[in-house]
Amino acid sequence: MRYERPTTLKAAAQMLAKEKGKAFILAGGTDLLVRLRTGFIDPDLIIDIKDTSGARAIQKTATGFKIGAAVSGAELGENAALKKAWPGVVEAANLIGSKQVQGRCTMTGNLCNASPAADSVPALVAAAAKAVVVGPKGKRTVPVEEIPVGPGRTSLKKGEIIESLILPKRPPKSGDAYLRFIPRTEMDIAVVGVGVSLTLDGKGVVTKARVALGAVAPTVVLVPAAAKAIIGTKLDKAALDALAAACSAACNPIDDKRGTRDFRIKVAGVLARRAAMIARKRAGGK
Amino acid sequence: MSGITVNTKINGDPVEFICDADETLLDVLRNRLGLTGAKEGCSTGDCGACSVTIDGRLTCSCLVLGAEAEGHNIGTIEGMANGEELHPLQKKFIEHAALQCGICTPGFLIAAKSLLDKNPDPTESEIRFGLAGNLCRCTGYDKIVRAVQDVAKGMRNNKAKRA
Ligand SMILES: Cc1cc2nc3c(=O)[nH]c(=O)nc-3n(C[C@H](O)[C@H](O)[C@H](O)COP(=O)(O)OP(=O)(O)OC[C@H]3O[C@@H](n4cnc5c(N)ncnc54)[C@H](O)[C@@H]3O)c2cc1C
Ligand code: FES
Ligand code: FES
Repeated sequence: MRYERPTTLKAAAQMLAKEKGKAFILAGGTDLLVRLRTGFIDPDLIIDIKDTSGARAIQKTATGFKIGAAVSGAELGENAALKKAWPGVVEAANLIGSKQVQGRCTMTGNLCNASPAADSVPALVAAAAKAVVVGPKGKRTVPVEEIPVGPGRTSLKKGEIIESLILPKRPPKSGDAYLRFIPRTEMDIAVVGVGVSLTLDGKGVVTKARVALGAVAPTVVLVPAAAKAIIGTKLDKAALDALAAACSAACNPIDDKRGTRDFRIKVAGVLARRAAMIARKRAGGK
Repeated sequence: MSGITVNTKINGDPVEFICDADETLLDVLRNRLGLTGAKEGCSTGDCGACSVTIDGRLTCSCLVLGAEAEGHNIGTIEGMANGEELHPLQKKFIEHAALQCGICTPGFLIAAKSLLDKNPDPTESEIRFGLAGNLCRCTGYDKIVRAVQDVAKGMRNNKAKRA
């Protein structure tokens, strides 16, 4: 196995595209190293992107936030401006692993690892985040929900790397939230995860919303029907019931030792209600 | 396989080592540099026995390649005491009997120091969450939490005295 640490993402993409053997991108390494050490992968080349320019930066731009692919969970949690604008995204990223894992793990790695239970991904999808992808054919920008295509599989083509994640600028009176259910209080994999992002008008009526679910299907899913259930409402009981029903209906979960299928379907609805109410509060609603 | 030359600082001292691409920082510390304070409990990021800091940030050294250490400052348990003088956390761990077999202890000490550096006045639940990445098979955690609380109290009293 070889280890390379290029200083530009373009060079990294070229190395990745040229490699005849098995090549992997290394960001925080909290998934990759586990897979390497447990023998699930046997790479010929590992390309560490932490030294590529911009990889460790959180930039506030005219159109939102640009988060470099190597920014750690701990760094996200320490960025006051980002936390204020996107508290749900930051809280989701900060749920990943322990303090030790937070020191290294990235949202981009969480996304590219393509686990259906990845904690930051439902929050990113609800936030309408986009991934900037660099590859042999140049740059493209894709909605994050199009990156994972199945457990452990992404839509990235050979030689493609995610350079950064873009969180859009928010209209006033917007809020987001992420909740997960785990059997323990820390250090566990989501049995269900729900991200909600919404915007209110002056009267407290929801004008925009996005709802995404984790761990209830082979990939994180955006649920337009759930958003529709709350747009135009003040999140009264009927709207929250409709939201919960739409979330439960969108689930296609597995049965496993951490949660049965029925349990996951029910909990998706329960968490969606709670997350919507937290998002409303953060948006300045009651 | 030709080795990778890595220049780093460990506990403040410049250290150069050669490692293979697939060696973890934990392997390097223990097998090449004789720094056996960091332990290997799981090698999958779950137990925290291998905890070190990289540029001041708490990390599992089993989840970092040795080569990634290039140009960075690594802090290990060997750098915690000041010569013969134990760090207050080390003293309180002994006083409170916060260890039995001791395998988890270096990791807990590094993690607890990192916690107190950021938050000198943690609540019990902040301590428990802060140390959730460290597993202990012996103590039942309570004595560890008491030791950390005691150190935090001492730090606050010292500060009050100085003020
Ligand atoms: C103890 C422990 C607890 C954990 N707990 C949680 C948890 O609670 N919730 C959760 O969601 N996850 C958890 N994880 C999984 C993991 O920490 C996260 O998925 C993390 O976000 C991965 O980020 P990383 O930067 O470390 O990824 P890496 O390991 O560096 O990369 C992950 C994958 O993505 C690819 N990749 C990385 N960056 C890019 C890029 N820029 N472009 C293209 N491909 C890329 C890599 O090649 C690799 O296949 C845990 C892991 C451990 C070890
Ligand atoms: S050995 Fe690194 S976390 Fe267990
Ligand atoms: S003292 Fe034995 S594992 Fe903690």
